[in-house]
Amino acid sequence: MTSQHPGSRPGDRLTRQERMRESAAGGLAAAGSSGLLDTSIESDDALAIGEPVRSQWRLVLRRFLRHKLAVISMVILLLLGTMAVFASVISPYEFNPTLDAATLKEARQPPSWEHLAGTDKLGRDQFTRVLYALQKSLVVGLGVAFISVVIGVIVGSLAGYYGGWVDQAMMRFTDLVLVLPALAVLLILASNPDPTFFGLFDLPPATEVNGMIVVISILAWMPMARIVRGEYLSLREKEYVEAAVAAGAPARRIILRHLLPNTIGAIVVFGTLAVGLAIITEATLSFLGAGIQLPDVSLGNLISDAESTVGTDLAYLILFPGLMLFLVVLCVNFVGDGLRDALDPRAVK
Amino acid sequence: MLKYVLRRALYSIPVLILASMLIFVLVREFGTDPARARCGVSRDKQCIPRVEKELGLDQALPVQYVDYMTEFVQGHWGDSQRTGQSVDDSIRRALWDTTQLAFWAVLLSGGIAVAIGVYSASKPYSPGDYAFTGLAFAGLALPTFWLGLIMIQYFTYELQRWTGSADVIFRSIPFAEGPQNATQYFQELALPVFVLSVQLIAGWSRYQRSSMLEELNSDYIRTARAKGLPRRRVIWKHGLRNSLSALVTVMAIDVGALFGGLIITERVFSRPGMGTLLLSALQNGDTNILLPWMLVTGMFIIVFNLIADVMYGVLDPRVRVA
Repeated sequence: MTSQHPGSRPGDRLTRQERMRESAAGGLAAAGSSGLLDTSIESDDALAIGEPVRSQWRLVLRRFLRHKLAVISMVILLLLGTMAVFASVISPYEFNPTLDAATLKEARQPPSWEHLAGTDKLGRDQFTRVLYALQKSLVVGLGVAFISVVIGVIVGSLAGYYGGWVDQAMMRFTDLVLVLPALAVLLILASNPDPTFFGLFDLPPATEVNGMIVVISILAWMPMARIVRGEYLSLREKEYVEAAVAAGAPARRIILRHLLPNTIGAIVVFGTLAVGLAIITEATLSFLGAGIQLPDVSLGNLISDAESTVGTDLAYLILFPGLMLFLVVLCVNFVGDGLRDALDPRAVK
Repeated sequence: MLKYVLRRALYSIPVLILASMLIFVLVREFGTDPARARCGVSRDKQCIPRVEKELGLDQALPVQYVDYMTEFVQGHWGDSQRTGQSVDDSIRRALWDTTQLAFWAVLLSGGIAVAIGVYSASKPYSPGDYAFTGLAFAGLALPTFWLGLIMIQYFTYELQRWTGSADVIFRSIPFAEGPQNATQYFQELALPVFVLSVQLIAGWSRYQRSSMLEELNSDYIRTARAKGLPRRRVIWKHGLRNSLSALVTVMAIDVGALFGGLIITERVFSRPGMGTLLLSALQNGDTNILLPWMLVTGMFIIVFNLIADVMYGVLDPRVRVA
């Protein structure tokens, strides 16, 4: 949806821009295989004599901690995550209270200490509703990141390791999916009330969190596949992989022991950014009416529910869920940026 | 050059056909079942099989595809189930409405993104560069639909209240009888164009910055500076000229992403166009519109990808040789 992942153009050779894009993530390959262990590349991390040897992940952590914005974002995310998980403990209100006279009396209150984000037309506490919606957003974000990473890694691994026609077929298919107008496809898939897999078995509808995760994942794995493939192509040329092949190691071992672990940096960075993208996508779909439906709350349908308040004094009802959405995605992106710096010290910024 | 263009154009033909197949499977198999949508909650057990037969949905998917595409390429796109209007008319009109919005958004975003990118690259790690980086991060994290609503709240209603004028300055909905003059045209397009541009500018300016930075660090720039050309001239003439080829490619490719942004923007600002057409078709279960809509949009994206390739070849002669 954003130009973060501008689609690819079908082409049988890498254009410069693709090379740039792949090298941006691609330096990670080297970082994994040698960069992270070869501490001499960054003078800061160079081992002084007598200093204890640091493990690879220690170094990554150190570099991450140096990115202040990423660390602050991480803290905010953990805080918000905890608040969302323990929403029922933190908030004295329910997100869908029985609409009795006592609740209705509280209607249309502007933000105050009792109601941090005010109350809606029916007297429901908006802050509580946002926390519950955030739960859903985070689950969708993490779920999509997980599934799209798994699909992307499988497709990218097969294409990158086997090459030849397997590579051709898989990458052409990936390009094809990238050509589709993503949001339109998502809307069409998400508005199907009873989706099936070619009539063989039922899929969860997108009005449920599970269905939402499936739908968004279908259009989220392609960049991962391209990145993993790109990494494998360069890793395959490395001597230790050649040695493993020469020693007769089976494909499974080479992929799982040699190629995949050295791609972990790129995978982690993509996975993080995918969380943010998925959260925005879910909110957008729910806003457009194709996702999670009221009375279940999501950050998207909270905003569309309050859309009629735009231009009135009740507009704080859209302000708060949107700010939450913005804050979460911004923090996720900063963390992704920090991880990129930490895992790939040589990446061009 | 001609050979390069032809080769690229030929390559898009199989892509076009395969994409149409993928779209067909997605819409027919994973979208809402037209027969079920038509029958609704009808108790008539014969309803679904009857409608399926009527629409040819009882046949195998490949047969349906061939049947459908034969009609489609001849221009028989059918009629809307709701309004009874012919689908190709609705799509043509929607495309025109959408183009107005997209044109100004791309023009504005392109110009601003280049300016920001060049500035940031010529003064990397300066306070200004950091400020623009921060703004780009914010822009990419802003949900378009929410930004639209917030803009309406503040720039339509609050601004009107504040200035005390009788009429709003920036419209949140288009004029009912269309804009009568340039001022009205600006009034109704200002906010949607801005909202659509925010993400584009955020993405493109980062892109322009990195490609410009790469150019400015290359040898020929150092040579140009060393032989005494003024810095300004080196940046704007040598650096910009060569860095633009990368941005132009991304811009053309981002047309696909633009369609996503347009759906949201049109919905928030109640503008007619492709996005509104799709949303109303989905809402009304007007399945006849979905397939042509997707096919036309997919075609646009593929054509723009082709344009991107060709432009890239024109701007960067090295690409043509390979």
